[in-house]
Amino acid sequence: MPAKKTAKPRRSAEASDDHKSLLRELVAHLREHRTKLREEWVHRITDADLLNVMTPDEIFSEVTAVYDNYVDVLETGSVETLQAYARDLSERIIPRGVDTDEVLGIVLLLRDVLARSLFANYLQDVELLNQILDAYEPAANRIAVTVGVSFVEERERVIREQQESIRELSTPVLQVRDRLLILPIIGVLDTARARQLTEQLLGAIQANRARVVVIDITGVATIDVTVANHLVQTVAAARLMGADAIITGLSSKIAQTLVDLNVDLSMMNTVGDLQGGLEMAERLTGYRSESNAVAVSDER
Amino acid sequence: MSVAILRQGDYLIASIQGDLTDGQVLALRDDLAERVGHYRARGLIVDVAALDVIDSFVARSLRSIAMTAALRGAATVVVGIQPDVAIAMVQFDLDLAPLHAALDLDGAITLLDGRHPGAGGHER
Repeated sequence: MPAKKTAKPRRSAEASDDHKSLLRELVAHLREHRTKLREEWVHRITDADLLNVMTPDEIFSEVTAVYDNYVDVLETGSVETLQAYARDLSERIIPRGVDTDEVLGIVLLLRDVLARSLFANYLQDVELLNQILDAYEPAANRIAVTVGVSFVEERERVIREQQESIRELSTPVLQVRDRLLILPIIGVLDTARARQLTEQLLGAIQANRARVVVIDITGVATIDVTVANHLVQTVAAARLMGADAIITGLSSKIAQTLVDLNVDLSMMNTVGDLQGGLEMAERLTGYRSESNAVAVSDER
Repeated sequence: MSVAILRQGDYLIASIQGDLTDGQVLALRDDLAERVGHYRARGLIVDVAALDVIDSFVARSLRSIAMTAALRGAATVVVGIQPDVAIAMVQFDLDLAPLHAALDLDGAITLLDGRHPGAGGHER
């Protein structure tokens, strides 16, 4: 921070010319020692045990590209190319399981490698070294931030896309038997999806003239108050349409959560697994046609 | 009044044709209570398919119609609640319990037919 403050007043035309010439000198230095510094960097990456999902050849070619981009940014001051490259790189390495800390780690390593080479080069002239570092540090930090942000943004984009596709996964409503529907729920239930699901279910109840609906939540990993209330609402809405709902596939963990959350499930029929749910459903539809009385007392 | 009341065997079918005013709802309740006794009906089916909205007043009135009819010896089934009406009711926490709901007239008649052997002794 203090460095930044002292640098500000100096930003006259002359100082910025100085600054540019320093950067030019810096870039020339980095270009000249490209091979050596690049190898040094790869070495440090391997030593730090980063990027070990990639082969040494891959690391070397990526490293070359990043290095050249890095030097370009120092030269032109424009991060756009680097940004595009970082996005592209992230797109390639995220599916292979490269973490944020690795990406930040390698960029910071490069910064260190370059800074150290600057130290070594300008050791005799501390004044010049300071000026070079003044020019180098903000640019290097900016590059590190750019790469990090690009990586995180790319990652967030992937996550958003995946959420979208989960949401778009249609929830099929299947007719198993006359007047008996199954609704298997898989994945994350949020408010939007729960609503869509309820609408779909009610539409299917009307279209298939369903009497009993089995809602199977084996594929729902976790459940919270909101989701539980959605389920309660779905069941209540189905009942208003004249259909009884049976919830199946409550894992012991979910059952415990529901009890801990104090969700009122007294009006819901719950059965451990889908098989049991179907048996109960058949009992309900079966008894219904002969003697409702048994079914009604069973249902409770 | 925009409610047609039909008789089908032991059952009375009240088919609501359009949105009702509060006064009409109350009049319907009295009318149905009267007719249930008059025809010795054992079941009452209220068809609400034409209603775009079921608000708390209508829901309460339906419940009170059902309770009145029960005192006169008839079980009540509400039929024809539309999907979006059902969703709205659930979201506003409106419940028709202890009323039974059925999808359509067929369902209601099956439900009522099934109830008779138990002579109404198994109210939910």
